[in-house]
Amino acid sequence: MVAALVRLRLLVLRNSLKRSIGQLIAVIIGGLYSLFVLGMVIVGLFALNLAPVEIVRTVVVLAGSVLTLGWAILPLFFSVEQTLDAPHLAVYPIPLNKLLTGLLISGVVAIPGAITMIASVFTFGSWLRMPGIAVLALLCGIAGALLCVMLSRAVTSAAAGLASGRRFREAAGILIFIPLVLLGPIIVGVTSSLRHSADALPSLGDAMSWTPLGAIWAIPSQVALGDPLGAVLRALIGAATIAVVFLVWRWGLSRSLVTPVHAASKVRAQGKLGLFGLLPATPAGAIAARCLNYWFRDPRYVRQLVIIPVIPILFWFYSSLTHFHALLLWSGPMVAFLLGVTLIADVSYDSTAFVLHVSKGVPGRADRWGRASAVLTFGLPAAVAVTLITAGISQEWMLVPGLLGLAFGLLLGGLAVCSVTSAVLVYPAPAPGDNPFKTRPGANTALLGSTFLTWGVLAVVTAPEIVLLVVNVVTGQLLWGWIALLVGVVLGPISLTIGVRLGGGILDRRAPQLLMQLQKDA
Amino acid sequence: MTDAVNPPTQYAPPAPDPVAALSIRGLYKSFGQKRAVDGISLDVPVGSFYGLVGPNGAGKTTTLSMATGLLKPDAGAVAVHGIDVWARPLEAKAQIGVLSDGARLFDRLTGEQLVVYAGLLSGMDRPTAVSRTKDLLQLLDLQEAAGTLVVDYSAGMTKKIALACAMVHAPRLLVLDEPFESVDPISAANIRDILGGFVRGGGTVIVSSHVMDLVQRMCDHVAVITNGHVVASGTVDEVRGGADLEDRFVQLVGGRRVQEGPEWLQHS
Repeated sequence: MVAALVRLRLLVLRNSLKRSIGQLIAVIIGGLYSLFVLGMVIVGLFALNLAPVEIVRTVVVLAGSVLTLGWAILPLFFSVEQTLDAPHLAVYPIPLNKLLTGLLISGVVAIPGAITMIASVFTFGSWLRMPGIAVLALLCGIAGALLCVMLSRAVTSAAAGLASGRRFREAAGILIFIPLVLLGPIIVGVTSSLRHSADALPSLGDAMSWTPLGAIWAIPSQVALGDPLGAVLRALIGAATIAVVFLVWRWGLSRSLVTPVHAASKVRAQGKLGLFGLLPATPAGAIAARCLNYWFRDPRYVRQLVIIPVIPILFWFYSSLTHFHALLLWSGPMVAFLLGVTLIADVSYDSTAFVLHVSKGVPGRADRWGRASAVLTFGLPAAVAVTLITAGISQEWMLVPGLLGLAFGLLLGGLAVCSVTSAVLVYPAPAPGDNPFKTRPGANTALLGSTFLTWGVLAVVTAPEIVLLVVNVVTGQLLWGWIALLVGVVLGPISLTIGVRLGGGILDRRAPQLLMQLQKDA
Repeated sequence: MTDAVNPPTQYAPPAPDPVAALSIRGLYKSFGQKRAVDGISLDVPVGSFYGLVGPNGAGKTTTLSMATGLLKPDAGAVAVHGIDVWARPLEAKAQIGVLSDGARLFDRLTGEQLVVYAGLLSGMDRPTAVSRTKDLLQLLDLQEAAGTLVVDYSAGMTKKIALACAMVHAPRLLVLDEPFESVDPISAANIRDILGGFVRGGGTVIVSSHVMDLVQRMCDHVAVITNGHVVASGTVDEVRGGADLEDRFVQLVGGRRVQEGPEWLQHS
């Protein structure tokens, strides 16, 4: 039975690779990269032979703690392999203990588990000077890796109800995005603070060695340091941790076998029309209301809203890093640009729900106006606010009129161009309710061409504002900035009107083709 | 008059019947190599409750999509109450209410918002949209869930809210693709009553279904489609010719195998 489960896991892996060459290449590249990292880790572990025992201890305990913590946290954000999920196995008569063993071993055989196991086992490599300790380290490495795999299983099964709830999954999907975007600044910040506090690391490692996360990793070095009692205590902590984690996992698994997950939902009374009661009661107004609902409720859209605060932070960080302070000022136009071109995905995000627009015979122009005006209602204030706030922070008001003009041009021009491109082309986008970071096979190539085309046309459409702003910067004469503002305020609405009419006309003709493509992608 | 349709060789079909609620002439559609719809002609009389039956993959959904202006046919003509669907799509769509099988809904809206949205999209004013939504939610027994996001609805509730969206602009012709799939028996009976009332009030309903029993009880007309052809059409009594509709269907479509399964599955 255990062997059957492990074989099933490997079979699923092999079949999923056979399905698409692209995926196979991605896995090979990912695999080579992991092998490279794994090789470096092993080399590093052997190199630690040359270091004093205290350093080996600090490194192994801290790295092991981080590894264990990662195994505990990451499964909450990324759904790990689904094949051997409890709901899939619940229909088969498998004894619980065999199921547990099978799941544990198949977790070790999977790529992340195997890499963790190999790296952990090679901790013996740092103890070539003391063979006895090396054997101990080998055993502790196996125990530590097993704990990692068990921990991730325990966390997922215990949190199954929570993590499969729609709201939690969506919130987690957005929350993970912010640290990812700010990864650069975070790494720089952490390394510089580590550099300042290198003295604190040994005591941090010592503290971690008493916690469930680090106890197992500290056992060999504790013995090497001549503290067998401390080693025994940590071994007890480690054993207790493994026992508790195993019991939690067992409990969670047995529960999830008999209580399939279902999402709870709030039931509210009728009569709350929200934006549908406020915006104009026309097709365009209704579409704007619907889009605004999506912008603030659907993670795929919220992810794009997050850029409004994140762009100024990123620009501020890089401007202070490079001492190029003018960079911060360009946050406003950058936000305007990014919000304007988001519209390219709008119909693709509708997926087959777009059938409602087609079956109700919505005029293409109303469709385009609705979608564009939804972005304008928050995009315009956001772009203006970001421009003014960043100008205020950097105490630099000279460029503000020109920057505002460029922001107007980019936002309205981007909406205009995308009103046309999104009527011509849809691409496989993450479906509603999917992880917003999921890319669908074939999406990138389809999107890349139209994105570059959109950017190129947008550059032409906003050329006057760009030129005027450049003249403003070069000559230092404010007049040019004011002219850029005027041009942006006049030219932006004109280009949007043209884009909406053009895109609306195309949509009237092509809506059935778009719908067919959306059905194919769904 | 169960008339077998010979595959026409020319692509110039006769003009659609202007009196019929829905009139299809010589409809063709291919996806790659596969002929999904291979020359379908059909007349749906005004005030009829019309069933469209056929095995999986017969071309029912493709036919209905082309009939309602959602999928462009390779050849053929479609008229709804005398309006050419592909020449005057906006006028024709105002006459049709569509329930698409398998299509998503804008499910981040509450049920009430979704139906009001559908109403506003059809161009009605807000008070009308809101009051009709209220009536429809009551009719479909969805008042309790009016304020819940559609994404949190059960499959049956989702079907019902989609039906409300199809009906909100008071169409003369309702085209429902698999309206009873995953709907519980009580809701299904309620929906049948509503559709019956709609027909008695002078409307026309077309439903596609694989449930023969349902079609036999509910519909007055039926067409059997297989492999992109109409193999029989007319009133239910004409098509079944005294036999049970299901037996007649199996006889027309073929492909039934009588097997008892392997020996080890027999326990007695």
